[in-house]
Amino acid sequence: MTDPLIALDQASKTFERRIDLAGRIANVFGAGLKDIRLQAVDRVDLSVSKGEIVGLVGESGCGKSTVGRLVAGIHSPSAGRVLWRGMDVASLDDAGRRACTLGIQMIFQDPMASLNPRMRAGDIVAEAALVHGLFGADEREERVAAAFSRVGLDPSYARRYPHQFSGGQRARIGIARALAVEPEVLVCDESVAALDVSIQAQVLNLFMDLGEQLGLSYLFISHDLGVVRHIASRVIIMYLGRVVETARTEALFDAPAHPYTRALLDNVPRLDARHRSFATIKGEIPSPINPPPGCHFHPRCPLVGPRCRAEVPALKAGPHGGTVACHLNDGGTA
Amino acid sequence: MAEKVLEIAGLKTHFFTRAGVVKAVDGVSLSLARGEILGLVGESGSGKSITGFSILGLIDPPGRIVEGSVRLMGQELVGRSDSQMQSVRGRDLAMIFQDPMMTLNPVLSVGTQMVETVLAHEQVSKAEARARAVAALAMVGIPSPEERLDAYPHQFSGGMRQRVAIAIALLHRPKVIIADEPTTALDVTIQSQILATVQELCRTTGTALIWVTHDLTVIAGLADRIAVMYAGRIVETGPVDSVLDHPRHPYTIGLIGSVPSRGKRGERLAQIPGSAPSLASLPQGCPFAPRCGKAIAACRSERPDLEPVGRSLVACHVAQGTGGAE
Repeated sequence: MTDPLIALDQASKTFERRIDLAGRIANVFGAGLKDIRLQAVDRVDLSVSKGEIVGLVGESGCGKSTVGRLVAGIHSPSAGRVLWRGMDVASLDDAGRRACTLGIQMIFQDPMASLNPRMRAGDIVAEAALVHGLFGADEREERVAAAFSRVGLDPSYARRYPHQFSGGQRARIGIARALAVEPEVLVCDESVAALDVSIQAQVLNLFMDLGEQLGLSYLFISHDLGVVRHIASRVIIMYLGRVVETARTEALFDAPAHPYTRALLDNVPRLDARHRSFATIKGEIPSPINPPPGCHFHPRCPLVGPRCRAEVPALKAGPHGGTVACHLNDGGTA
Repeated sequence: MAEKVLEIAGLKTHFFTRAGVVKAVDGVSLSLARGEILGLVGESGSGKSITGFSILGLIDPPGRIVEGSVRLMGQELVGRSDSQMQSVRGRDLAMIFQDPMMTLNPVLSVGTQMVETVLAHEQVSKAEARARAVAALAMVGIPSPEERLDAYPHQFSGGMRQRVAIAIALLHRPKVIIADEPTTALDVTIQSQILATVQELCRTTGTALIWVTHDLTVIAGLADRIAVMYAGRIVETGPVDSVLDHPRHPYTIGLIGSVPSRGKRGERLAQIPGSAPSLASLPQGCPFAPRCGKAIAACRSERPDLEPVGRSLVACHVAQGTGGAE
């Protein structure tokens, strides 16, 4: 196994909201307000090697986007380390840090919200590369045209504004912008969720083609298990800030070991499941501000035991060659 | 043959904009039997949502229903005045929208909104209306409904809010519910819970349902019949198994091929080239022809009508030409 390009080592991220002046005054009169602490990501390990597509799956509020932002360097971890080619990002020198920030690019969910509506598509694509001096103004046109063709856009559209493009084309502009600085890792945060099915297929195909042509690695964040199954070679499942299961894609989908993964897979609507009765897991994801003790999944788990309510399960080697955080995999729930 | 509760024939809803006439719905015909679930599938701009709004008479200028009929239990709805429609809307016909946060009033408690809905159509006491509201909330699986009646929309989670919206739609035991992408914004586990509730309710109350969505996989498990829309018209319709197992229209085939599913990991998805045409300037002939790999000369000159092919109805010159071969 090659060294990972980017890795998280027991990385955590907490968000805090301190009570403001009004809150403190209210407290004088006995309102009893407290600081709110939200542990979005709790000691997550993750690695992406060269050419690998890693899928990160979870439901709303599970912390998957925060993990993506830690990897992309938008957030820095509250605890733990982010490693770029094995080196702690926090201790990199300027040149190393620059290579790292340019080497990891992010592609966002909503292309309309992440493209400046007052800039021309060509300027959007060229901006970062010009700022970082990757090419000069004289090469600009040529480079933009190359980036456009690479993602399947007509280079003659470079002078248009974002609103003049369709949803699928806007997604391509977002990809072209990320590729312009020649990254090695792309973090795709729900990048195809807002697209129509037929356009989604086009963009997924583009991701796979680019992966092959440029040797790119991906951290592919999605709530859609069907998409992740299609594109990823390894899958990480998160629940309320913690990783609950990791495995190679085939192994995970054939023999999921964590009860939450099983529930997720049972609930995925599929084309070949007709007139089915929808069997469901009970309840909803609890608030991350006030998570349940022990295993976070225990209030919804059909196989819950007393140990689950008290003790946080550790991530251990699972039967499918991956890892599982469940007491059932570690001596039972009693 | 089961009793038809809803029959739509040749429905055309056009929007008269400065940029030209946008033919959002351009000749849609469909019917719905008691207790039946119809999946109305299409991509953005296919006219699937406008079809739903047209049935309820919720089209505002510059839009107008220019042609066609919508019959609910044999009664014509097109051409009715607003006040006449109001007596039907909410009672016999109900709608569930994509985002319940947009449709529930944030400053009124859920109970107030539900009692209001009951009293809009029936002369009952407030206490009885409240009792009906509690029963409806219980039916959609909201725990301790009596207490939750006094809660405000923001105090519910997304899935629970959607349940409240469904409960409001059910208050008068409507004949037909139109659901416009009601689970698109929800997580898979919550989506399953909502689908289970809806499916159960249709079976027990005999309410017919039109489920408008872009997601074929949701429809596969839920619906009895499917209608696929493209550029304002239904291009293929039939029983779920017939449409999904033996799709005839190249667009339906493309849509199914675009769904990432079992056994194709890492392979290229069968994508449909290009994107949907602008409804303001549709090409002559079949609107799918520019994206279609099988188009023949007739496709570029003449717009195909829905005709039986196998167990489905298909609007495609090529599929009609080759007949029912499977």
